[in-house]
Amino acid sequence: MSVILNEVRPGFYLDSVALMRLSREIAGQPGIAEAALMMGTPANKEIMRDARLLAAPGEAAQGNDLVIGIRADSDAAAREALANALQRLTTSRASVDPGQGWRPRSLRAALKILPDANLALISVPGAYAAAEARKALRRGLHVLIFSDNVPLAEELALKREGRDLGRLVMGPDCGTAILNGVPLAFANRVPRGEIGLIGASGTGLQEVSSLIAESGAGISQAIGVGGRDLSREIGGIATLMAFDALDADPATQRIVLISKPPHPEVAQRIVARVAASAKPVTLCFIGADSLDLPKNARLASTLKQAAELALEGRLIGAGFDIRARTREMRIPAGRSRRIAGLFAGGTLCAEAQVLLLAAGRHVASNAPVPGASDLARAVTDSDRILDLGADEYTRGRPHPMIDPQVRDDALRDALDDPRLGVILLDLVIGYGAHTDPAGHLAAGLARRPDDGPLIVASVTGTEQDPQRRSAQVAALEGAGVLVAPSNAQAAEVALALTGEYV
Amino acid sequence: MHAVDEANQEALRRMLAADPVLIDVIPAAQAIGALKENVLLHAGPPIAWERMCGPLRGAIAGAIVFEGWAADLDEAFTSAAAGAIAFHPNHHFDAVGPMTGITTRSMPLLVVENRTFGNRAYCTINEGLGKVMRFGGNDAEVLTRLAWLRDGLAPVLAAALRAAGGIGLKSLIARGLSMGDEMHQRNVACTSLLLRELAPWLVRAGKDPDVVAQAMQFIAGNDQFFLNVAMAMGKAIMDPVRGIAGSSVVTAMSRNGTDFGIQVSGTGERWFTAPVEMPEGLYFPSFSEKDANPDMGDSTIVETIGLGGFAMAASPAVAGFVGAGSAATAAAVTKAMSEITVGENPEWTIPALDFAGVPTGIDIRLVLETGLAPTINTGIAHREPGIGQVGAGVVKAPMACFAQALSGLAQALGVA
Repeated sequence: MSVILNEVRPGFYLDSVALMRLSREIAGQPGIAEAALMMGTPANKEIMRDARLLAAPGEAAQGNDLVIGIRADSDAAAREALANALQRLTTSRASVDPGQGWRPRSLRAALKILPDANLALISVPGAYAAAEARKALRRGLHVLIFSDNVPLAEELALKREGRDLGRLVMGPDCGTAILNGVPLAFANRVPRGEIGLIGASGTGLQEVSSLIAESGAGISQAIGVGGRDLSREIGGIATLMAFDALDADPATQRIVLISKPPHPEVAQRIVARVAASAKPVTLCFIGADSLDLPKNARLASTLKQAAELALEGRLIGAGFDIRARTREMRIPAGRSRRIAGLFAGGTLCAEAQVLLLAAGRHVASNAPVPGASDLARAVTDSDRILDLGADEYTRGRPHPMIDPQVRDDALRDALDDPRLGVILLDLVIGYGAHTDPAGHLAAGLARRPDDGPLIVASVTGTEQDPQRRSAQVAALEGAGVLVAPSNAQAAEVALALTGEYV
Repeated sequence: MHAVDEANQEALRRMLAADPVLIDVIPAAQAIGALKENVLLHAGPPIAWERMCGPLRGAIAGAIVFEGWAADLDEAFTSAAAGAIAFHPNHHFDAVGPMTGITTRSMPLLVVENRTFGNRAYCTINEGLGKVMRFGGNDAEVLTRLAWLRDGLAPVLAAALRAAGGIGLKSLIARGLSMGDEMHQRNVACTSLLLRELAPWLVRAGKDPDVVAQAMQFIAGNDQFFLNVAMAMGKAIMDPVRGIAGSSVVTAMSRNGTDFGIQVSGTGERWFTAPVEMPEGLYFPSFSEKDANPDMGDSTIVETIGLGGFAMAASPAVAGFVGAGSAATAAAVTKAMSEITVGENPEWTIPALDFAGVPTGIDIRLVLETGLAPTINTGIAHREPGIGQVGAGVVKAPMACFAQALSGLAQALGVA
């Protein structure tokens, strides 16, 4: 049996769209077959009549009257729906929903809101990054390309165009910058200071800036120029522009340049530019043998040494006594002295290789520095030092700095290896990185046997980072990990554990 | 690139320079010479009978009976299916029509003249809500109302407009925007403003007080009366923007219930079409999505000039059709549309957006770059012929039209 209930509110006007929304809500209530709220015009009454919603009270309504028509399974359901409708008609609604705010979709619209902006950070899939970067350049903006997989030819064209326009193109493949104290993309919160950094290596820039910050000094600017900037093809266009900028910046007293070894032609060009500067310069080309340098320049072989030179000799982690810390530690019986490195940071991986090679060890890596061999040519007792952020591990997956799970498989393999002696790890925190990488790692190490490999790590980041360096260190130490103050010292700890630290 | 931007600035300049005036109501055959016997204009891009949707066929059958080309609806369907009727888009004859958009020779057409450029555009008179031909209605009630529009309303309306020397529409729209109209879904303010201006002229023009009263009652009782005026105005504004070499500004968006078509200034009269989408919206009691016909009508000409969905922020009531229905949603729609337009119209402003002008001149490049399709406010017809309107809502223009148009423009510029 169905019940038709009408209520007429004389002279009550509500916009038809609001009424349609209300109708839909009331019609959706339990026990309601159909419902409509409409102004009582002849056309509307006809619609309601056809929908079998009109009874005598509704039929008598006029154009300025609001008619509520309800058809329900029972009188009780109809009355409840009517009461609900009447209540909704009279209660006020929250005015503005803050979740509905508009966000610009295009550079053009964003610049209307922020006309004084002078930098665009591009983070779109690599195939589209160059097009977006070009738009930004042509609107007079400096550009930081966070995207990777940007074709080399596009990078060259963009950097040339940027140079002609006097605009810096930072990145791609090195998503790090700290400009005027603002950390961009993968970066750490560091104090302002006198040291200007230029990096073709993202984690290298993060390690050096964090080490400087943790020892109490600060950064004027940190400029990530892109992983391929010092290649022969690109020729250091962004590096040279960044050098000009820091040279001209009165806040910058000393300059540090961090990169993999540049192409020799490019290295010459860089050295010539350094010679023309009045400021002291530290060059850190991880894995490079030697270089003829001008008087104002010094070469650092590790990131730690680069930070120390920039700090004018102040030592990093001076209170950390490697011998004392490792005196009581022994590689469990039956295990070899072999070291496995599982790195999220590419440059941190390279720095570890340099230190292990210097100690005379045989090192193999998927990203070998000069002197190390390719993984395919590893021998039984080779240390395998892996860059897990390299393309072959991250294709179709996030970078291990963002998602530490990417390292889980490799870590499980290492823990299950019955002969492995030491596992060497890095942990990179800061903006863009995972919210709690140490917590994730600690959970993965929780139920390992006592006679497993020893684990050594360092945390790249600062106390001011969202993850708090000390909290991350504490979580690792709680999981039985020996944590060194720097990545270089972590490698040295590993060497001490294998008996080769001198 | 530079040349395209310059061409688009010229397109915007022409749009903003337009001076549309509602000047007359005349029989369609007088306005459009091509409207002979057995010739019928419809909404949207060209389409053959075989591909037409239910409401369009229903409206065509009704129009055939209305013109006396068939004795009844059955005969009308048969003769239309047999190819006895020539079909053309309104847009090919300076005209537009809402929903099915049927225009035949004896129907009265509103005449809007763009006094800056001297061109005229035409649209039929809005029939009101409920069972009407524009939604596919075709029974005796529908045809009787059409006859009254032709014989009762049109003559007195024409006389009043002529005596008034036309009604300027630009400032009327400006006032309507500040009163909550967006000129597609909601026309109550503009209808009232128009009637207020027309009233003394109607009284003077009418010989029979009953006819005048009926005319005024009809306009006053139809909140959407002004929609058709706004559409003719839109057509009158956009036609002078056609054919600017290199311009990527959209000059028409239109749908026939099967295809959605757009035209672009730099590619002239060429249509770029894609399957039309289903509107999302609210339904009259006892109807739902499964009754709905895909999107229809030439009324998207109002979005083409920056009204309708583009002016949603002026009309928070209409935002009820989209999302949460808040005023903030309405503002977000207008701001999003400003990402795909060349500029703003400083004379048509929206108080709630600190008097920002409505987003004007859709640039197909920006549509493709941002992935933001034009948002269109629309009525929803029943999918079967003869039933009429079942709801109203919002629909997006299909992206494929814009992608094709960009290729077409590149060809026209010799850079494809």
